[in-house]
Amino acid sequence: MKLQEYRSKAILARHGVPLLSGETATTPEEARAAAERIGGAVVVKAQVLVGGRGKAGGVKLAATPDEAEARAREIIGLDIKGVTVKTLLIASAADIAHEYYLALILDRASRAITVIASAEGGVEIEETAKTNPEAILRMPLHPLIGLQEHQVRRVAFFLGIPAELRKDFATVMRGLADAFSASDADLAEINPLVVTDDGRLLALDAKIVLDDSALPRHPDLEAMRDLNEEEPSEIAAREAGISFIKLDGSIGCMVNGAGLAMTTMDLVKLAGGEPANFLDIGGGAKAERVAAAFKIILDDPNVKAILINIFGGITRGDEVARGIVEARSLLTRDVPMVVRIVGTNSEEAKPILAEANLITADSLDDAAAKAVEAARAGSAA
Amino acid sequence: MSILVNRDTRLLVQGLTGREGEFHSRAMLEYGTTLVAGVTPGKGGQSAIDDRIPVFDTVAEAVEQTGANASCIFVPAAFAPDAMLEAAEAGLPLVICITEGVPALDMLRVYHVLKQKGVRLIGPNCPGLTSVDEAKVGIIPGGIHTRGAVGLVSRSGTLTYEVVQAMTDAGVGQTTCVGIGGDPIVGTSFIDVLDMFNQDPETEAIVMIGEIGGEEEEKAAAFCAREVRKPMAAFIAGRTAPPGRRMGHAGAIISAAGAGTAESKRTALQEAGIRVADSPSHIPRLLREAGVR
Repeated sequence: MKLQEYRSKAILARHGVPLLSGETATTPEEARAAAERIGGAVVVKAQVLVGGRGKAGGVKLAATPDEAEARAREIIGLDIKGVTVKTLLIASAADIAHEYYLALILDRASRAITVIASAEGGVEIEETAKTNPEAILRMPLHPLIGLQEHQVRRVAFFLGIPAELRKDFATVMRGLADAFSASDADLAEINPLVVTDDGRLLALDAKIVLDDSALPRHPDLEAMRDLNEEEPSEIAAREAGISFIKLDGSIGCMVNGAGLAMTTMDLVKLAGGEPANFLDIGGGAKAERVAAAFKIILDDPNVKAILINIFGGITRGDEVARGIVEARSLLTRDVPMVVRIVGTNSEEAKPILAEANLITADSLDDAAAKAVEAARAGSAA
Repeated sequence: MSILVNRDTRLLVQGLTGREGEFHSRAMLEYGTTLVAGVTPGKGGQSAIDDRIPVFDTVAEAVEQTGANASCIFVPAAFAPDAMLEAAEAGLPLVICITEGVPALDMLRVYHVLKQKGVRLIGPNCPGLTSVDEAKVGIIPGGIHTRGAVGLVSRSGTLTYEVVQAMTDAGVGQTTCVGIGGDPIVGTSFIDVLDMFNQDPETEAIVMIGEIGGEEEEKAAAFCAREVRKPMAAFIAGRTAPPGRRMGHAGAIISAAGAGTAESKRTALQEAGIRVADSPSHIPRLLREAGVR
């Protein structure tokens, strides 16, 4: 789960990272009031999780409260890559003498939390990674001991942090590492970390991505989820314990297991159709979850047929069959359904499906072909 | 021969008395796995699965009383890291963790502790493994297998069953099928299992099932080109999947350019001389083309 800049900054601030935290605003008037309280020049920043907000006009300077109000009026309601801006962060403007890039990421390849640092901060950092990889430091932390002092020094020397700011840099580095561990992050990024004209070290922008598996033990962080930037169907899916991604095709897919769900989509495409979604009902799927999955799939008006592919392991085929039949009887909209259930308790599933007149298939290729055919017939009708 | 588990495996199940633990332990017993003990703290002294399996409070006690030499873990995610550490502490050389949803930072610590102890960890968030007609550990349906000479390693759960079923239907039998799990941090990598298959005299060919994300398939392809002379076939799921969420700039910096996509993985495997299937059902044909009887 991604956190907004102002949330990420609040977490970093709690762990001692120096920054200009600012205030949030949802109206131009609030933006003006915030600018008045902060005093001096401010930056008005759209709070969206999609990248490229600066280029889209979502970040603007304002010298006075009047200007802050005017800029806020321009930015609120702006569409940035499909997301409508609702919240702004108003923060003191800083005069930047130097920018750095500093991040911690869980690197699955090295199985370690890894520091990424560069003295060439800002938006061009990925370009730097390609053209001048030596300008980027990658340093894994010890998995059991964590960040050590000599590592902090190494990063500071690599970045060329001025001697008088090394102590402050150590505070930033330790704060970032503490914030990462305490919030069970996958990523904690400061970009840019700056030295100001008046010699202060500050985190000007921050991004934290949390490990979804750890959210159950962080109810405070779960509460920071920004529903404004999620598809309503994806919110409903998460509440039902389903993983779901909406796509543009006409064949709704309901599958157990992420790998098999992707394979089912791939085979729909191979059979000449387009998948309407990725949907993994998870392990041990119960009747209620199947019913919720149906509703989510059919809420998409583009869906002309549904392909249900269940290979039993933890999931029991008869439970799914019963769930399908039960849920289908409650649907307000019906489309052709192709059902394939194999594996654990699949024999018990067959009579249940046969009785309900569902299209059945033994192989996945066959199921995909039948679903594509059914969707075409549905579109033609 | 087979890899990792066989007739000498004496299995204990942590979380045996839970709903999933009991359901799948019963299936393991029916398959013929030598299941010797269950561990559920607070239920020591009881017995489970129609009184056939003794239950102990601790793994150490279960090992001492029954001579267990492997553990399969079914406990909830919040307790799974501790369960893995307990199994390692009790001296078990092989731990298979089925549980999904284990926080990554917990896994980071568990991974390195178990590695230092020399414990072979499979998973978490994996379906387990089957050495056909010898032992089944985890949740892979036993009925899909047939004994043969092909080893299979996969990052997925149910997709593994799909491929195994397709092989069995086509008369292509298996030695051992291993699901290594799809989490960011897992105990055993593709390369670990490929290496074991490569050295197993009975495994004559290898199937590898990957999916988008990470670079493990690309690394495995490089390993195969270097080390493996046995015929291979592969499948990569996710050619139509939308690009995954971006992990900030750091994610792009840390991974090689373009790595992680289905096409990158398919190309890497093909360049290593491995036949790559468009559908799981094509795997048996590709194996035959590669010389498998």
